[in-house]
Amino acid sequence: MKDGLRQSMAWVHTWAGLLVCWLLLLVFMGGSAAYYKHEITFWMKPELHKAADAPSTVTPAAAATLAVRELQQLAPKANAWFLDLPHERNPLIYASWTNPPKKGMTREERRAAFRTQNVTLDPMTGEKTAAPRDTRGGEFLYRLHFDLYYMSAIWGRWIVGVAAMFMLVAIVSGVITHKRIFKDFFTFRPRKGQRSWLDAHNVTAVLALPFHLMITYTGLVTLMFMYMPSPTKALYGAEQNTMFAEVFPNAERVKPAKQFAPLADIAPMLLQAERAWGQAPTRIVLTHPNDASARIVLHRPAGQQLSNIEPTMTFDGASGALLSGPKPMSATLDARGAIYGLHVAHFADALLRALFFVCGLAGTAMVATGALLWGVKERQKYAKVVAKGGRVGFGVRLVDALNIGAIAGLPIAFAAYFWANRLLPVEMASRSNAEANCFFIAWGIAAVLAQIRPTRGMWRIQLTAGAVLFAGLPLLNALTTATHLGVTLFGGPGLRPVAAFDIVVLLLGALLGWAAWWLGKPKKAAAARQPARASTARDDAVIDPKPMEAA
Amino acid sequence: MTSTTTWRYRGDVAARAVAAIGGGYVLTSIVIALLALALPLPRADAVTIATLLSFVVYTCVILWVFATRSAARAWVGVAACSAVLGALLWAWQGGAGSVA
Repeated sequence: MKDGLRQSMAWVHTWAGLLVCWLLLLVFMGGSAAYYKHEITFWMKPELHKAADAPSTVTPAAAATLAVRELQQLAPKANAWFLDLPHERNPLIYASWTNPPKKGMTREERRAAFRTQNVTLDPMTGEKTAAPRDTRGGEFLYRLHFDLYYMSAIWGRWIVGVAAMFMLVAIVSGVITHKRIFKDFFTFRPRKGQRSWLDAHNVTAVLALPFHLMITYTGLVTLMFMYMPSPTKALYGAEQNTMFAEVFPNAERVKPAKQFAPLADIAPMLLQAERAWGQAPTRIVLTHPNDASARIVLHRPAGQQLSNIEPTMTFDGASGALLSGPKPMSATLDARGAIYGLHVAHFADALLRALFFVCGLAGTAMVATGALLWGVKERQKYAKVVAKGGRVGFGVRLVDALNIGAIAGLPIAFAAYFWANRLLPVEMASRSNAEANCFFIAWGIAAVLAQIRPTRGMWRIQLTAGAVLFAGLPLLNALTTATHLGVTLFGGPGLRPVAAFDIVVLLLGALLGWAAWWLGKPKKAAAARQPARASTARDDAVIDPKPMEAA
Repeated sequence: MTSTTTWRYRGDVAARAVAAIGGGYVLTSIVIALLALALPLPRADAVTIATLLSFVVYTCVILWVFATRSAARAWVGVAACSAVLGALLWAWQGGAGSVA
């Protein structure tokens, strides 16, 4: 290994980062988008926009009463009802239910059945809104960022977990290797080739370093009992479920009494919870409705604490009496909830959420500039070879191609997903899967083209394609729905998410367009300043497209 | 590819990578299992604290494996720690098993 702690840490930083950087780009982009998964889902279901436009004047108690009345019609014999009442990020009522499992039903069939057992209700009337198109919306991007796709969720989670561990090692070794971490934070030397990429990497990394470290560690914590099972084995043996029951206090499970009892009025319960919390609950779970042992659990809305485990109030569904809730959690379990909560940021208000999103993008930029820096540095080793008309090594070419396919190709995939949402026929069979396929087809094409021709021209083509696709989304939205920016900007608060989506994708498109333009600028400045160095960042993205043998 | 990447160097890197990733995972698992047993807390709290700290332990082991002078030293360190602490864990759990 290299001599000296700083040198060996620099080595670890380089390789731990490089090996997983393309997967990390997917995870960072998907995770950043997931901060707005409700808004993305809402944008992707334009059928709901009309119902959301009407200003909602009903109280949560009245909305819950209407929703319960509708569920009595739709699913009176369900196992459980789940209700999400309107709040600032969600203008409508989302209701779903689970039925008692039929014998011989596989898990897949149960899941498929559950997907059909949900409706969107108009908070003013409690009636079903127009049926939205079949899409997984933001949920797809959220799941993608830790489950991946085309594989079982367990495999996806292990792969992402390994990548996250590499990332944690890369971050810590990056900090150790970085002796002037504070000074470099204020250093940016543009148009100086490798120095500029290094500065850009440092700025994006150091600026949001607390966020990167936090998000990587807390991400590992979200699935820590799966990744690190040995303490559970030591204390609980094979009884993993006992551990989960103790660590994640759920409302106690009650068996149905199999005896009919009408549901008590839900409105007084909501008012009682609102008095206790100062905020009306927005999530309600009713188990065994219309049974003598019915339970109604009200969840406090997020925003008052870091932990994602919100306090609840449980009522007896038949008598309407308040039951004692789960016993308060210990400080340790509360701390774990807060660490988990930091990752998912349910507590964040609009401004803080935007900051998390921007930090996520900074993380994307950190990974991207780091990956580019490797190529730039590595290519310098070939400067003399290239000057004599030789070729760069196989590794450099591969990294260049993967960089194009991930950094410029992934935005194309995200945009293609949104375009597919508007362009695929609404009545298409298994439409939500087709949307996801479009994501990967677009990404696959970009990645393959990048491997065939990893040139500066390819960078520009793909960045331009991403820019056009992203910036074109508001126009596409205007052509395919009635809720374009001209309407949403001046409409009620219910349509704000649609307007915000359009504006943000427009900005992202502009950013990609700027990157494409910058790459295409005449490169005389850099070339003039550093005539001796054949390989600065900007001149040298062009390499021989023909395959070359590894030396 | 370049003159510095000899086979000896590659072997060194591979040995350290296996020691860091595989050996580090084993050592981390043993350390946090011991920690979970040793913490004088209700077991839900103990298991949570130990598991929360696992990633910190793992990171430190990985960085040490790459920072230390030679791959052989890294292997000896990880293996020796794992053996000693693993024996302790085995003894501890054997004792706990007889109580339960």
